[in-house]
Amino acid sequence: MRGVRFTFPDGSEALRGVDFTIHHGESVGLVGANGAGKSSILLHLAGVYLASEGEVRVGDWPVSRSTLVEVRRRVGLVFQDPDDQLFMPTVFQDVAFGPANQHLPPPEIEQRVGEALAHVGAEHLGQRPSHRLSGGERRAVALATVLALHPDILLLDEPSAGLDPMTRRRLIRWLGSFEHTRIVASHDLDLVLDSCERTLVLAAGRIIADGPTWSLLTDAALLERAGLELPLRLQGSPVTPHR
Amino acid sequence: MTPIDRAISHLHSLDASARLDSPLGRLDARAKVLVTLGFLVTVASFGRHQLLQPLPLVILLSAGWALSEIPVRSLGFRLAIASPVAVLIGMWNPLFEPEPMLRLGSMVVSAGWVSFLSILERFLLGMAAVLLLIGSTGVDAVAAALGRLGVPRVLVTQLLLLYRYVFVLAAEVERMLRAHSLRAPNRPRPELRTVRSMLGELLLRSLARAERVHAAMLCRGFAGELRAVTPLRLGLGDALFVLAGLGFLALVRLADLPRAIGNLLR
Ligand SMILES: Nc1ncnc2c1ncn2[C@@H]1O[C@H](COP(=O)(O)OP(=O)(O)OP(=O)(O)O)[C@@H](O)[C@H]1O
Ligand SMILES: [Mg+2]
Repeated sequence: MRGVRFTFPDGSEALRGVDFTIHHGESVGLVGANGAGKSSILLHLAGVYLASEGEVRVGDWPVSRSTLVEVRRRVGLVFQDPDDQLFMPTVFQDVAFGPANQHLPPPEIEQRVGEALAHVGAEHLGQRPSHRLSGGERRAVALATVLALHPDILLLDEPSAGLDPMTRRRLIRWLGSFEHTRIVASHDLDLVLDSCERTLVLAAGRIIADGPTWSLLTDAALLERAGLELPLRLQGSPVTPHR
Repeated sequence: MTPIDRAISHLHSLDASARLDSPLGRLDARAKVLVTLGFLVTVASFGRHQLLQPLPLVILLSAGWALSEIPVRSLGFRLAIASPVAVLIGMWNPLFEPEPMLRLGSMVVSAGWVSFLSILERFLLGMAAVLLLIGSTGVDAVAAALGRLGVPRVLVTQLLLLYRYVFVLAAEVERMLRAHSLRAPNRPRPELRTVRSMLGELLLRSLARAERVHAAMLCRGFAGELRAVTPLRLGLGDALFVLAGLGFLALVRLADLPRAIGNLLR
């Protein structure tokens, strides 16, 4: 991204000049207070929003109206609200939607759906209607719909919100093993600490810090400026257990 | 559960019943679509004063229903939901056609009442057939079959998106009502003033949501066409089903079965 600015039609400025470059295979955390512009950045990378000013490139492609198909073939975006992602009658059909659009043969579609659901521990949900799942189940399935696309670049918006500890742990482990580029926007700083080497700190539509996750997320002054706190793990436990 | 939530559940359960492994469910969607279309044409082709002639169609419906293994209760309920529409359409006929037509004992039935009943009868028959089709096949397979039978892709996709959009819209209404009832527990339903602003909000929200869903679809490579995953396969059973179904329909339409039976008994 080079000098990207983005203003919504109603005049609110979401991004006020964002610059960064992410190389292949990097895992990057995107942190910042509510409304800092995390979701907006991810939506730009997937070409859902087009920058009002500046340039967004994905691989060799500048993101513009004419390159959307190429860009989206590489990028998989998991939306912040899983309800936006799920729209088919059953979980299986929802996960199969992307592969079917890639015109894959049915046996391969089925295999991809199976794999993707297994990755998020949701094999048993296949025949359930998406609208009738719990919040965390929906999030897991939303992630599976994108995994089934085999994207080169994975964009996750708040992937751990509402997940139970086991599922969250599995997500973290899985994120660590994903070999392609991944960008994770999250308030779960412990998740970022565990799964991202590099972090961008965002405040009011600008990037205020960019560097190794460990050094940024241990910098209490920086985090405070961004409206954040130290990851829980680094806060020390204020409650001492009774003996 | 609010009434809206219940209505959504019913729509879902109808679609879900398509996954029952029943003899009717296993037939190819195209065969069922063909017979249902034939059924609808037959029902529509009867005159508005022919009350008895369409009745044998109930036999075909019952046979289909038995083969579909869908609980009878759910059919009755859905027909009941839909019938007010037919009543509204036919309600004025008794006023427009006052001339006497039938004599039942000492009671004289006017032509208007006969045509009213006939509208209701044909509506319920058609509705039951469509419910049976969807209940035994699923909306997506029906759409796929329509596409394979030559209905333009654009129309089929529109149909599917419309069907999805009903859920999106209903879910928004559901959320707003729930949010309202949680913050105004002493008021069973919102005041008119609140309803007005809620309706405006609903429009904006469902537009915003439709936009986001559309974006999500584009992100997963949607190119203007929903593709069915399950392949369709026509077999001997499907051919027999189509022949038997259409044959029976032709018989009901061309021969006046109730009269023939009456003559036999005399
Ligand atoms: N559809 C919209 N119309 C107008 N303004 C919007 C819209 N969506 C977001 N904004 C504004 O853009 C800014 C950035 O929003 P964005 O969704 O990127 O924040 P975020 O960092 O993802 O926040 P959160 O942590 O709450 O998810 C916010 O100030 C928000 O009010
Ligand atoms: Mg966000």
